[in-house]
Amino acid sequence: MGAWAVFLPLLGSFVAGVFGKPIGDRGARLFTILCMVLATCAAETELYRVLSLHQEISYPLARWFALDSFAVDWKLRFDTLSAVMVGMVTFVSTFIHIYSVGYMAHEPKRVARFFSYLSLFTFAMLMLVTADNLVQLFFGWEGVGLASYLLIGYWYEKPSACAAAIKAFVVNRIGDLFFAVGIALLFYVFGSVSFGDIFAHVADHAGDRFTLFGAPHHALEIVALLLFIGATGKSAQLGLHVWLPDAMEGPTPVSALIHAATMVTAGVFLMARMSPLLSVTPVTLTIITVVGGATALFAATVGCVQNDIKRVIAYSTCSQLGYMFVAAGVDVYQASIFHLITHAFFKALLFLGAGSVIHAVSDEQDIRRMGGLWRKIPFTYAVMWVGSLALAGIFPFAGFYSKDAIIEAAYAHGGFSGMWGYVCGVAAAFLTAFYSWRLLFLVFHGPSRVDPKVAPHVHESPLVMTAPLGVLAVGAVIAGFMLREDFLGLPTFWAGSIVNGEAGRAALEGMERLPGLISYLPTIVALAGIALAYFMYQVAPTVPAALARAFPPVYRFLLNKWYFDELYDFLFVRPAMGLARLLWQVGDMTIIDGVPNGLASLVDDSSSQVSRLQTGSVAIYAFSMLIGLVLLVTLYLFLR
Amino acid sequence: MNQVGFPLLSLITWLPLVGGLFILFMRGEPEVVARNARWGALWTSLLVFALSLLLLVRFDFSTSRFQFVEDVHWLSAFGVDYRMGVDGISVLFVLLSTFLTPICVLSSWEAVKENVREYMLAFLILETMMVGAFSALDFVVFYVFFEGVLIPMFLIIGVWGGPRRIYSAFKFFLYTLAGSVLMLLALVALWYYAGTTDLTKLIGMPIPTRLQYWLFLAFLASFAVKVPMWPVHTWLPDAHVEAPTAGSVILAGVLLKMGGYGFLRFSLPMLPQASLYFAPLMFALSVVAIVYTSLVALAQTDMKKLIAYSSVAHMGVVTIGIFVANANGINGALYQMLSHGIVSAALFLCVGVVYDRLHTREIARYGGLAARMPIYAVVFMVFSLASVGLPGTSGFIGELLVIIGALRINFWLALFGATGMILGAAYMLYLYRRVIFGPLTRAELRAMLDLSPREIAVFAPLVALTLWMGVYPATFTHYFQSSVDGLLRQREAALAPASHLAAAHLTATDPATPASVIEASFVGSEGGRQ
Repeated sequence: MGAWAVFLPLLGSFVAGVFGKPIGDRGARLFTILCMVLATCAAETELYRVLSLHQEISYPLARWFALDSFAVDWKLRFDTLSAVMVGMVTFVSTFIHIYSVGYMAHEPKRVARFFSYLSLFTFAMLMLVTADNLVQLFFGWEGVGLASYLLIGYWYEKPSACAAAIKAFVVNRIGDLFFAVGIALLFYVFGSVSFGDIFAHVADHAGDRFTLFGAPHHALEIVALLLFIGATGKSAQLGLHVWLPDAMEGPTPVSALIHAATMVTAGVFLMARMSPLLSVTPVTLTIITVVGGATALFAATVGCVQNDIKRVIAYSTCSQLGYMFVAAGVDVYQASIFHLITHAFFKALLFLGAGSVIHAVSDEQDIRRMGGLWRKIPFTYAVMWVGSLALAGIFPFAGFYSKDAIIEAAYAHGGFSGMWGYVCGVAAAFLTAFYSWRLLFLVFHGPSRVDPKVAPHVHESPLVMTAPLGVLAVGAVIAGFMLREDFLGLPTFWAGSIVNGEAGRAALEGMERLPGLISYLPTIVALAGIALAYFMYQVAPTVPAALARAFPPVYRFLLNKWYFDELYDFLFVRPAMGLARLLWQVGDMTIIDGVPNGLASLVDDSSSQVSRLQTGSVAIYAFSMLIGLVLLVTLYLFLR
Repeated sequence: MNQVGFPLLSLITWLPLVGGLFILFMRGEPEVVARNARWGALWTSLLVFALSLLLLVRFDFSTSRFQFVEDVHWLSAFGVDYRMGVDGISVLFVLLSTFLTPICVLSSWEAVKENVREYMLAFLILETMMVGAFSALDFVVFYVFFEGVLIPMFLIIGVWGGPRRIYSAFKFFLYTLAGSVLMLLALVALWYYAGTTDLTKLIGMPIPTRLQYWLFLAFLASFAVKVPMWPVHTWLPDAHVEAPTAGSVILAGVLLKMGGYGFLRFSLPMLPQASLYFAPLMFALSVVAIVYTSLVALAQTDMKKLIAYSSVAHMGVVTIGIFVANANGINGALYQMLSHGIVSAALFLCVGVVYDRLHTREIARYGGLAARMPIYAVVFMVFSLASVGLPGTSGFIGELLVIIGALRINFWLALFGATGMILGAAYMLYLYRRVIFGPLTRAELRAMLDLSPREIAVFAPLVALTLWMGVYPATFTHYFQSSVDGLLRQREAALAPASHLAAAHLTATDPATPASVIEASFVGSEGGRQ
């Protein structure tokens, strides 16, 4: 059953991609969606089986490669962690396939390719989460990267889309480099890359050392750190986050599926997957929390001033991923997976809602040219409220449970990293609520700033788009309290697929006994954020502009996303291109080629000199031969 | 005699030459001769390929010894005989040569219009030389074939090449020849010392360490040019740019592999102490090659030059894999060579497709081809990704294995050796974007046709092989597994008496990499996992 869930999307992708022409767009759409629906059924059945059996089910497929000690299998592993992920991915992906039918309906070109890519992505993501070893996980990891590249660049005639696609792939590859070296080091330590072997022997290798920078370090810490750097690439954490906002060049369903619900959470999944190893590496965990908290806060600040509807949500995604890493860093991986799942629902909802808005206003994405839309697209308006409430963590929506769990876990964990996570989490919660309602007010309320030419055409999306919105909205409401008990309460639920260290277990217990104010604070600041947004964008709409005028450096700093792109351009991109030209034109063409070319002209010159000796006179030849003979004989006699 | 009962290897080696002679003596109208030469070359190379498949079928996986051995007296008085045979390391290279030759013939079907007979003859001679070099078991025989390769390749570049073909052909010839002369000296020295040039006897023969050093450097001069390693790589971009498409295919697909093969066949097993002593140098050159040429590739404006530079970077990974001299590294290096043989050949063919249509390799002249040439776009994407080393394609496995092998030696070697992952993605996708994506504006590009059936026939086996090698490598790794083990065992035995000394030497000569020292606590776990 599990294998069907994974391979049906591949079949759909293959058929739509290769036979897209003969079966037509309609056939390709129907077939991929059919495959996704069947895969979802298989996935949910499998999830039910795994949960009722309380143990993992694996499907060995084939040997991938085995060279000496290095053996890797194609094998699917369904434990609670992966089954939950498979259930979520197939479910969300199915509805995004359906939504895309409506969203891509006005494309002038054929869209079989789009559905093929979407299904390909789903397959790769499923391979990633069901992998039984790190190399297979890496296969899925790169596969989703490829699908992401293809989908961001789907409108390949737009130069900005192509640039964004390459940026996404290359920035991800920076993380992947460390990931690959991490896999190699892990193999070096454990002699295996299969999860079963690794987790069984974590304790044996806890004391291993590996020398780096001239001093021995805990080998497992280095492994964990390398894997985390890999995760920061895929999950857009501070430093390697620069590709995510640009990735919004892709069609909106892609942003919803890949850059909100699934692919970008792969790094979080990796942390949870490697929890038996991470839980014995306290230093790396601290680094994870610090980076995660910083990302949550940083991205939220940038989200407050962006004007592109999708970019606001993209920074919000970046920020929420930061929360998930905070949870992983305080050793409570359950909370990060919990937030991952609820986030998948409400963020996919928000993106698809944004897509519905964009669709309604004829592909306008700038929120300054929207406004007052709520009467015209009431359903979209309603689901955007639901999504925003869930995102801001207002009771009883999904985000309330999962985000609070993270903030509480950070506080209960204590220490420097716990406090950092708590403070960043609470501050980001305030900003989250602020930018969400800023978006809602600017898009749906106030006077209409829509282009007069477009305004008469504003319309609610067709049923094929609104139905998925409805389903996801239900998820965004109920996922929190439905899953809370299972995800955070019973250890039997995870059945050993997530392992907490001592600190994590203590934090899990401590979460229940926090002082009232500590656990209410996130909600209080969220309400404050909403109130502030209400004041600034409804009561006194002149305030934001006045603020921007009053503090221009701050405003520009935020608007330009802390100048990360410019910084990287200055530090890496330009020097690399400059160095490339230097090495080519000076290194290769002048210096290295200079030697043989110089030799050649030297030979040329000297041979033209030598040729003067060739006078054609037999006497001179005979004489020089004689001299030569004398020289040779002398030499022979000397050296004899 | 051997397991097939007839001299199969000699047949595979010399049959192309026989076919070539047939072509040479064709007479008649130029049109007819050209057509017959094409078909004659195609059938000859296909027949040779079919025969070489017999090598795979009858190959004995269990042994690391040479198979299909032939031994004919030749210059026995000097200890030189005509000896042929393959083991797991060479057999796949023989196959690579026989596989790529028909593809080359097919790809030049319409592209070459002048002197078709001579062109086909050159390729068939080239095939003889390549197969001979990979299956020779005598150093002199190897040397003859190894050098023989130069002549047809020199002609292919010099006669059927682009505008600067003469300069490139001479550069190619002189570079390779300069290296080979030193190898000839080494060969004479080795013969003088050992009294034989039989490879089976030379491998495992103890050679004084000092002599090994000199021999190693002489071999290095020859093989490093062939690979090519930095800084003797500059002949390659020039040769590729001027060579006709099929010439580039063979150059990248097979000729570069001769360098790596030489290191594996000669340097590593015959000169164990020297290859240990010089390993840090090799690592340094390889890492420089990877970073340096990847960056240079980024700046290229000529499609072929870009791919040529990427070849240097990929071969840098190979040389790292060879000289880390552990099972992971060597397996990875071998696999990377095979993969690169297929993928870079295919990439040059991809360039050839658009070159045939527009007669320029200037990247800026292209753009937006995806709209007009969807099949081409897919094919090009597959090979670009394989070149980048995406898992599921052939390029990934070799790279990962080399990283793993390198990490056993030094963390930084693994990290910097793998930087091709990032830079490779950058230059390949940048190339792809400029050629395939973007708006289709130019009129002459609008008129371009997608792949013809003949071109699809050329690419289909390459695509299939690339994916097959990525998804189920066991088919291929089977062949070299025992030979690599054998090589490592023999090397270990050779190093054993001197290992203490050599290890001390290595750490002393390698001040830049103190990080490679592994703590004692690892020894326990190392033993436990065997």
